[in-house]
Amino acid sequence: MQFSDSIFAARFQITKRDLEAYLAEALSQGGDYADLYFEYLATSSISIDEGIVKSAAQGVSMGVGVRVIAGERTGYAYSDDLAPEKVRKAANVAAHIASGPSKVDKFDLNEGRRHNLYPVLTAPTETAFSERVELVKRADRAARAFDPRVFQVQAVYADNLRQVLVATSEGVLTIDRQPLARMSVAALARENGGVPQRGHAGGGGRVDLDFFLLEKTPEHFARESAREAIAMLEAVEAPAGEMTVVLGPGWPGILLHEAVGHGLEADFNRKGVSAFSGRIGQKVASELCTVIDDGTIGHRRGSLNVDDEGQPTQRNVLIENGVLRGYLQDKLSSTLLGSPSTGSGRRESYAHIPMPRMTNTFMLSGQSAPEDIIRSVPKGLYCVSFGGGQVDITSGNFVFSASESYLIEDGKLTRPVRNATLIGNGPEALKYVSMVGNDLRLDEGVGVCGKEGQSVPVGVGIPTIKIDRMTVGGTA
Amino acid sequence: MNGNHLFELAQDIVRRAQAAGASDAECTIAEGDEFSANVRMREVENLKEAGSRGAGLRILKGHKTGASYTSDLSSEGIEHLLKSAIELAEITTEDPHADLPDAAELGSVEGDLQLYSPDVEQLDTALKIDTAKRAEEAALSADPRISNSEGASFDTLTGRHIFANSRGFAGEYRTSYCGFSCVPVAREGESMERDYWESSARRFDRLEAPEAVGQKAAQRALRRLNAVKVDTQKVPVVFEPRTARSLLDNLFEAVHGMMIYRHESFLAGKLGEKVASGRVTIVDDATLPGLFGTSPFDDEGVPSRRTVVMERGVLKSYLLNTYAARKLEMKTTGNASRGLTGNAGIGHGNFFLEPGVQTPEQIIASIPNGFYVTELIGMGVNIVTGDYSRGAAGLWIRDGELAFAVSEVTIAANLKDMLMGIEAVGSDLEFRGSVSAPTLMIGEMTVGGK
Repeated sequence: MQFSDSIFAARFQITKRDLEAYLAEALSQGGDYADLYFEYLATSSISIDEGIVKSAAQGVSMGVGVRVIAGERTGYAYSDDLAPEKVRKAANVAAHIASGPSKVDKFDLNEGRRHNLYPVLTAPTETAFSERVELVKRADRAARAFDPRVFQVQAVYADNLRQVLVATSEGVLTIDRQPLARMSVAALARENGGVPQRGHAGGGGRVDLDFFLLEKTPEHFARESAREAIAMLEAVEAPAGEMTVVLGPGWPGILLHEAVGHGLEADFNRKGVSAFSGRIGQKVASELCTVIDDGTIGHRRGSLNVDDEGQPTQRNVLIENGVLRGYLQDKLSSTLLGSPSTGSGRRESYAHIPMPRMTNTFMLSGQSAPEDIIRSVPKGLYCVSFGGGQVDITSGNFVFSASESYLIEDGKLTRPVRNATLIGNGPEALKYVSMVGNDLRLDEGVGVCGKEGQSVPVGVGIPTIKIDRMTVGGTA
Repeated sequence: MNGNHLFELAQDIVRRAQAAGASDAECTIAEGDEFSANVRMREVENLKEAGSRGAGLRILKGHKTGASYTSDLSSEGIEHLLKSAIELAEITTEDPHADLPDAAELGSVEGDLQLYSPDVEQLDTALKIDTAKRAEEAALSADPRISNSEGASFDTLTGRHIFANSRGFAGEYRTSYCGFSCVPVAREGESMERDYWESSARRFDRLEAPEAVGQKAAQRALRRLNAVKVDTQKVPVVFEPRTARSLLDNLFEAVHGMMIYRHESFLAGKLGEKVASGRVTIVDDATLPGLFGTSPFDDEGVPSRRTVVMERGVLKSYLLNTYAARKLEMKTTGNASRGLTGNAGIGHGNFFLEPGVQTPEQIIASIPNGFYVTELIGMGVNIVTGDYSRGAAGLWIRDGELAFAVSEVTIAANLKDMLMGIEAVGSDLEFRGSVSAPTLMIGEMTVGGK
């Protein structure tokens, strides 16, 4: 797709000359750099609860954000009206951060390079509602059919289509069309009037509707959520204290997101406030660990053809054989640190200033068979699924909450245990990784990462790994 | 478009939805202006300023609902909004409980709730930047170990909230917010810790002095230095007001009407039963003037009110909107909450735990060996079962005194036992946000460490 075919040119009649004029206005008070981020976002969601399709909603939001950078200072303004006088006004407000003659004098916009990672002809948002409403009905039926002990099912299907245009004073003009869809199912199960347990599953990506009809069906997510709820009915109290922890493949990769990913975002390191600051080249994990952040995997939830500053995304090595290799950069940090861009500048919407963020963060496979890893543990915890996680960047302490886990006794999985939080310290935790499985798996596509009030979709992945020492926050 | 126009527009959208076939309709219009300034290491880092608005519509066609929103308030945008909601009512299922409040339930709290102060909009940019700088300077000069900072910020928000429905309700109110915060970083040897403190109010002259906020943030970061991990053990745990507040967040979820009718809360079916220690009284009050949880009416047009949720340990009321109330054969408590559109959810007003008589110092002094929690991280709370397990940091209590810093540990128990085990409630209740609690002491929890 070319700029001239974009919604901004075709429907809002924005020309390259307009964009150049807005950039000139943004830099009229001086400054080193300016950019414009136009966004047109259409969303829809459908949910079923108690067997009733209780809600369906759709909507549109649009706007433009104007940013001016002068040294370490950023001026930002936005407008939800794309009329030329409103965009110029926003440019004018953002310009006030700078004072002095501009160092930029011409803006020849040329269309920049981008990937084609999600060639989705018809985004799910653009299809008939009748097809999408069937997805939640099917999920409801399948979860209930899984086991009579399932007594409540809630399924949500949500999609959106984000159309963006980024124009920078360095002359780059990029457009992208970013479809995203997700389905999630929560089931509650109860036995003989006892305490209910919850199971949860979901997934999606930058996919077309066929993904849910042919690859990951509503029945797949429904059965998975019902299975987890039923499994948890047998759960015993979780252990407390330091022990060996084995993480299963896939979504438990949230460990990497919390333990190392956030701490390697360049803004924290530029400011020297991360537990990883100044540690490039140092050993921060066992040599079995290689951790990657890759925004270029086809159709993944965390992938982008270009980041939200118009830079093509790429595969970035964060930790290689245990040694810290690099940070995730946005425009501001890469300029101030004199480092190349890593295509990691992201923002929640036109109303937000970009920051360095993760895309899809995962650990490469090792040599061990997953069965051998479990067999090697006399006593420990095996974690299959997690709720959320969080990290304190400065101390490096992070947590993540196990929603489905099992005791390992004499190399065998024995009983499921109740929800427990695991806690560790970022630069230390991965030093205790003693086995890495040959079964790398990416998560199913449900991750949302929050930072300084901004949420963006991300992915994680990990093979089965064994961590010799980690604190488990149970009660037993 | 001027302000009055939006009030009329909301009512017009409701009428047009009815003309297009809706049996009932609800329209929300929100408008807001935001400003934020960030400073770091004595220099301005970011300035952000903008305004935005949007409209949302929810319609009923019999007992089927459809919802839509738009940020495009042009006539074309409004046409699309109407068409979208009507179209969606075709695909949802008949839900016998879907309805609007009865006309008799609609209304608004009389009198000035002090939610808006024009001074917030008139503040000089230089004054806002200077306030943040003074807070950061106070933190940086508090101690030589404070040599770095994540910065300080000053934010203002002003908004206008309009709601109209087809049962005859049309109301609006304005709100203002201003606040600043400071995040210093303390360092000693290999140990690096940050903490924050903030002050916020609906009017500028209610803010605390920037120097006091900066110094408090610095003291909080400093006392976390050189933290150790303790052995795994069961001990009394004291939550300072900032962490006690998060327990109230958990309890709000547990009395949330939707969690109740879905049997998804450990407090479902417990109305009238003793579920907490006799020291516990919890109130939701959206009518207290000037506070952040206050509003004249909820997001369905029902007047705000005071609801006693727990009284001396007995569960007295859930928090309900119209839908949850009908499901449970009760009356709404005026707690409907939603963004621009969709079926109303449930929110709280000022949700707080009534203060007791002991000072925090007296509570700490009563404990020979325990944990004073100043920070909680993670989301390890399961409202279905009550299982509670979170990452924690704070100070260890030895012989009645705060002895040393602790981090990288967990605290765990079940909320049912934690509620019954509240052995002391502090006298130090302060309304710093819409959820507030004094210092709380729980007799026993498991601290997970070495």
